[in-house]
Amino acid sequence: MASLLHQIQHHSVTIPASLPLDSGQSLPSVTIAYQSYGALNAAKSNAVLICHALTGDQYVASDHPATGKPGWWARMVGPGKPIDTDRFHVICANVLGSCMGSSGPATPDAATGAPLGMAFPVITIADMVRAQAMLLDHLGIARLHAVVGGSMGGMQALAWAAAYPDRLASAVVIASAARHSAQNIAFHEVGRQAIMADPDWQDGQYYASARAPTKGLAVARMAAHITYLSEAGLTEKFGRRLQARDIKSFGFDADFQVESYLRHQGLAFTDRFDANAYLYITRAMDYFDLADPHDGRLSGAFGAAKDVRFTLVSFDTDWLYPTAESRRIVQALHAVGAAASFVELSAPFGHDSFLLDVPALDRIMAGALGTGW
Amino acid sequence: MTTLRPDLEIIADAIPGRTRVLDIGCGDGALMAELRAHKYIDARGLEIDAAAIEAAMAQGLSVVQGDANRDLADYPGDAFDYAILSQTLQTTRRPDRVVDELLRIAPRAFVSFPNFAHWRIRLALLWGGRMPVTRLLPVAWYETPNIHHVTVSDFRDLVRDKGIKVERAWYLSGDKPTSAAAASWRAEHAIFLIGRA
Repeated sequence: MASLLHQIQHHSVTIPASLPLDSGQSLPSVTIAYQSYGALNAAKSNAVLICHALTGDQYVASDHPATGKPGWWARMVGPGKPIDTDRFHVICANVLGSCMGSSGPATPDAATGAPLGMAFPVITIADMVRAQAMLLDHLGIARLHAVVGGSMGGMQALAWAAAYPDRLASAVVIASAARHSAQNIAFHEVGRQAIMADPDWQDGQYYASARAPTKGLAVARMAAHITYLSEAGLTEKFGRRLQARDIKSFGFDADFQVESYLRHQGLAFTDRFDANAYLYITRAMDYFDLADPHDGRLSGAFGAAKDVRFTLVSFDTDWLYPTAESRRIVQALHAVGAAASFVELSAPFGHDSFLLDVPALDRIMAGALGTGW
Repeated sequence: MTTLRPDLEIIADAIPGRTRVLDIGCGDGALMAELRAHKYIDARGLEIDAAAIEAAMAQGLSVVQGDANRDLADYPGDAFDYAILSQTLQTTRRPDRVVDELLRIAPRAFVSFPNFAHWRIRLALLWGGRMPVTRLLPVAWYETPNIHHVTVSDFRDLVRDKGIKVERAWYLSGDKPTSAAAASWRAEHAIFLIGRA
């Protein structure tokens, strides 16, 4: 399916400037696919950048071109919604390394025209943010009203405040963390190993072949999907119920509903995501630790960001990026005197709560963007 | 302009404009909103109740979820010009340490609390022999958050022992001011502005 995925046309811009990367390598030019909603005002002061999560994309409030499903945050972004496109010019760019039109492992090599595959350099969250800043330069937007993101999107919002504190008025960081924990890295490694163990992965050079590592990618997604849900949520949704049968098969079919659900989630994912992109983006997240360049002191990352208004939200059932990680960010923001808001919301959906119906999050978002008062 | 609680009204009037303020136990941010709107004050809040924080955040106020018993330690020294602790001291595990923290975070602090030596409470104890339930302390003894009841005299003793300066004090009886001399009996509420010696 990867070949079909790469045939989709996305709205994008290719910026003919070198993008220096944290690895020491650089990209000679960078292509960034993006969507925008709402009008940019004359002063160019109403732009809101939304940063998407690991397997998200730029189609935040428009139908997904591969699946036809509504935008992943259509409930949050739109006219009269908490991120109100009648007031704000909303930009969402596909992250560097992803597979929805931005530069990534499927990008053709300039010399040979063949997809780069694993020759694409390893990237970081800071590299993604650097690419977004290049896009904003290209669009002539000097300063953002806000950078908003959940999960990996929240990491980008934090990295924005650390790298370009003068270019944003506020950062909204939902269900996120300032570093990847050992447990986070461990789950990602399971996913990567599933992909790389798939014989159809072919060392990442599967694009021209009729085979793609869909089995490995599906298993990676199944493992990751568990981490996005809460134990109570899974129990409530599936319990130990059997799938379309009354008795156990005493075999290895998907006897349980939860197995069937995960298999479906894994398979559906391969229709809209590229295995190599999954490797690159999970790697970028694993390398993320904002305190690392500051001798482990997170406040060092926010030294110049004391005029940025931060809004942080965690969810009580999110065990992937638990509340303690948000509290750690709050402590660092207190240390530099930045204006910070933080609340742990109660929601049953685990990490995925940030994407789902949590009315309190809507009200907080409106307040953070200055639309609720 | 919304109506503030009488002790908050006094604090809002007394606090100088364009200062940095931490409101501990800020609730839904009523005082913070007032200070922001009318005194150009950069107010930050600490609150334990998620619903109250959500209401404050919906107004664009900077409020962090946390517990005065534990999380004041996260603020650096002299981060603020004023700390405000209204109707919260009596709910903390160690009020003496909280007072120390207030004056570490800021050189001055407003502290307000219900006076447990108000005559009505004294009479209720004396004649009823039961823990009083009053307008300002409306919750029965077994479920009250007020675990360290304090009187005007107790607080005066505490700050004197700590060498803390009382810069001003206000005493309210039925939301009307009453004198310092009679406060021990007559004040339902007390508000102290304390400062480092």
